Amino acid sequence: MGSSAKPAPVSYPVMENPAPETSRPPGPRPTAAKMAVSRLNFYYGARQVLMDVSLSAAAQKITALIGPSGCGKSTFLRTLNRMYETVRQARAEGEIKLDGEDIFALDVAQLRRRVGMVFQKSNPFPKTIFENVAYGLRVNGWDRSRTMKDLVEQSLRRAALWDEVKDGLHKSAYALSGGQQQRLCIARALAVDPEVLLLDEPCSALDPIATAKIEELLFSLKEQCTIIIVTHNMQQAARVAEYTGFFLLGRLIEFNATRTIFTKPDKRETEDYLTGRFG
Amino acid sequence: MNRRTWRKVVNGVMLGLTGVCALATVSVLFFILGYLVLNGGRYLSWTFLTHLPVPVGETGGGMANAIVGSGKLLLVAAGVGLPVGFMGGVYLAEFGGRTFPFLVRYTADLLNGVPSIVMGIFAYTVVVLPMHSFSAVAGGLALGAMLIPIVLRSTEEFMRAVPRSMREGALALGANKWRAIATVVVPAAIRGIATGMLLSLARVAGETAPLLFTSFGNPYWSSGFRQPTSSLPVMIYTYAISAYDDWHRQAWAAGLVLLALVLAANIGARMILSRRMSSARG
Amino acid sequence: MGSSSIFLDNTRLGHPTPPGAAGRVRSWIRRLASGDEVAHIITLIFAASIVLVTLLLVLELYRNSALPRHKFGWAFFVTSIWDPVFENFGALPFIYGTLVTSAVALLIAVPLGVGAAIFLAELAPPRISDALTFVIELLAAVPSVIFGMLGIFILVPILRIYVEPFLKSTLGFLPLFQGPMFGVGFLAAGLVLAIMVVPFILSVSREVLLAVPVEQREAALALGATRWEATWKVVVPYARPGILGSVFLALARALGETMAVTMVIGNDPRISASLFAPGYSIAAVIANEFTEAPGDLYRQSLIEMGLVLFILTFILNGLARLLILATTGRGTERA
Repeated sequence: MGSSAKPAPVSYPVMENPAPETSRPPGPRPTAAKMAVSRLNFYYGARQVLMDVSLSAAAQKITALIGPSGCGKSTFLRTLNRMYETVRQARAEGEIKLDGEDIFALDVAQLRRRVGMVFQKSNPFPKTIFENVAYGLRVNGWDRSRTMKDLVEQSLRRAALWDEVKDGLHKSAYALSGGQQQRLCIARALAVDPEVLLLDEPCSALDPIATAKIEELLFSLKEQCTIIIVTHNMQQAARVAEYTGFFLLGRLIEFNATRTIFTKPDKRETEDYLTGRFG
Repeated sequence: MNRRTWRKVVNGVMLGLTGVCALATVSVLFFILGYLVLNGGRYLSWTFLTHLPVPVGETGGGMANAIVGSGKLLLVAAGVGLPVGFMGGVYLAEFGGRTFPFLVRYTADLLNGVPSIVMGIFAYTVVVLPMHSFSAVAGGLALGAMLIPIVLRSTEEFMRAVPRSMREGALALGANKWRAIATVVVPAAIRGIATGMLLSLARVAGETAPLLFTSFGNPYWSSGFRQPTSSLPVMIYTYAISAYDDWHRQAWAAGLVLLALVLAANIGARMILSRRMSSARG
Repeated sequence: MGSSSIFLDNTRLGHPTPPGAAGRVRSWIRRLASGDEVAHIITLIFAASIVLVTLLLVLELYRNSALPRHKFGWAFFVTSIWDPVFENFGALPFIYGTLVTSAVALLIAVPLGVGAAIFLAELAPPRISDALTFVIELLAAVPSVIFGMLGIFILVPILRIYVEPFLKSTLGFLPLFQGPMFGVGFLAAGLVLAIMVVPFILSVSREVLLAVPVEQREAALALGATRWEATWKVVVPYARPGILGSVFLALARALGETMAVTMVIGNDPRISASLFAPGYSIAAVIANEFTEAPGDLYRQSLIEMGLVLFILTFILNGLARLLILATTGRGTERA
């Protein structure tokens, strides 16, 4: 969170390619939505963690989710690929659609192939760089008209990591630096050609230079897939995302074009958060 | 002498004594090793390792059948005990709820505490009696049952140690649960699991009691697995309590071989483990 | 302690399955086809087999000791006749031998092991402590026949020639140290057992001592206690349950130890007050007589003793685990 307590209007550098300026109330967007969430309630046991959240992520755009720690944005992200199902007490109620299809009706493994995820702390497998990227392909099957080598190279290029590792593909993934490992995880996720890529605070453990590399990467990726990124860093949201959603205490307070959120926030809570009055 | 000085003296003496205790315990091991090497080494020869035992009075006897026999027993034991322990460990670490896993762990601990001679009785009633014969199968099964709890515990421990994030990474790529376990979690834990297996094998390799009335012993080669089989520990025992000096010497040599193998396995296992720790992910 | 696994069946939670039994069956089939349920079932079968084997073990022991139980009843445990001819058996000499040798073993091993553990936990620098512990734990890996051999060829002669005469001449007024000296006997067995169980006492005691919160030690030292006083009067009492647990563990091990004991105890089913006298233990008699047991009653009497041994070690191990858990659990409950 920023340490300065600037009064509105805030002066973050903002996207130059914004969506329509008019502020809309939070709610489902028109048909360009890749993923649409409607009235999502989420519980850990008896405790309700997400209250009546509805939003849509536009196709081939970057959507950022911001908010103070513990506000539920990561929990929300993990409902999108049903990752929460690994926790015993977790329960989701509501509707989540991918391209109009209910994700709960899909086979979960299939869903996760289409909706990839990159985690907060990079988690490469204890295998070689090559095998890390190839893993998803081996599991899900790949287009036999291409060789594995080709596909791995393609993913590593998309993740802007190829040049750095091309001579050492058979080294352990742990030999890479933190930023490289995270890009490796992105390459690994990209290898199965997901339609949506979820990123959960991917740069929180990285230095500014590594962070910048990844942000650059995201720009180039959004052409091919829809990106939803959770970040605790407002400036990052302002830099990369077309749309931003602000979460607080399990509710989606406001969701709009990033420029609008940052310059003319609708709700008082949003403004308070952005100006550093809490969080 | 005043109270303060007295306390200082007591302090020094008692602390010194504890050091003596430690030293005494450690020296026992070195003493054992030294004595075995000295006595056993003298008799150790290629003949010894490759020949069958000969009747008392003749020279040139060996323990080849005992070494092979122990190998057979360990093969049977491993074939039974390792898969059961491993799969059980996977079950405890990856599946299961509350009560059943607790029961499994509890009975495994129980099994672990069973005196080895009682395990021999068990194998006797369950294998030897129906088969009407001593056999390597019976001995191997007794040893295998002893392997299970050790392998179970170490498998579970090392699989639980694999970080959650790694499993999530595999799942997020569309892998099924079993696939993620088999292709990511188990490979990540494999070194620890393997050392657990190695240590357990080393432990049962030296067991004598359960073999006394299961595989029994055999002065000749045993063919297959359904005959009485010689084994290193039993041979050592038989020769050591005999009245013949030559046999005593052979017992020393065999003891050296057995101890060398067991210690090598133990030290090797720990070395693998410690290397694994130091090259752990950063 | 439930499974910490993050893997769960993916259609049981979250969204409700299609309604009705048909829906449940369909979703089960889908899980089966995906291989997850198969993996669950297979590993479950293996895990269950462990429970089954253990149950079978207890059952077989019980079943195969039916004859003596019916013939002798509880008197089996307090009779000291061992008469194969008239088929009259009593377990008392063996129980006695087992207990005496274990007692001697503990009397020696506990001070030695706890003392060494104190040294390694409190005094020695960590690297030396780890190295020495490693060496001592190797002792636990030495097969018992080897201890037995060392017992026969080294310990017994020394006892017979030097130690026992010495003890007789100095402490001979005690019934413990009277009678003929063969070298083999309760004393020899107790000594060998002591060496064999010291590593267990040492490694567990060392761990529980290390688990004692450092604040305890510091509090004592801050009050002006010497190192020894802080250790003996504060740290050790704190760790006492765990140390006691290690003693139980060692006792369980000593009770069941077969080979080393049978090689040096003299194999004489007699109860004697003297430690120099030869005796017998449960495990030793089973080892020696089982294959030569003439008749079912004989053999089943041996098995009944094996059952007793099993129950004893079971209880001891259970208690030991509880005690050790109590201490290390306590030691890690820092705020």
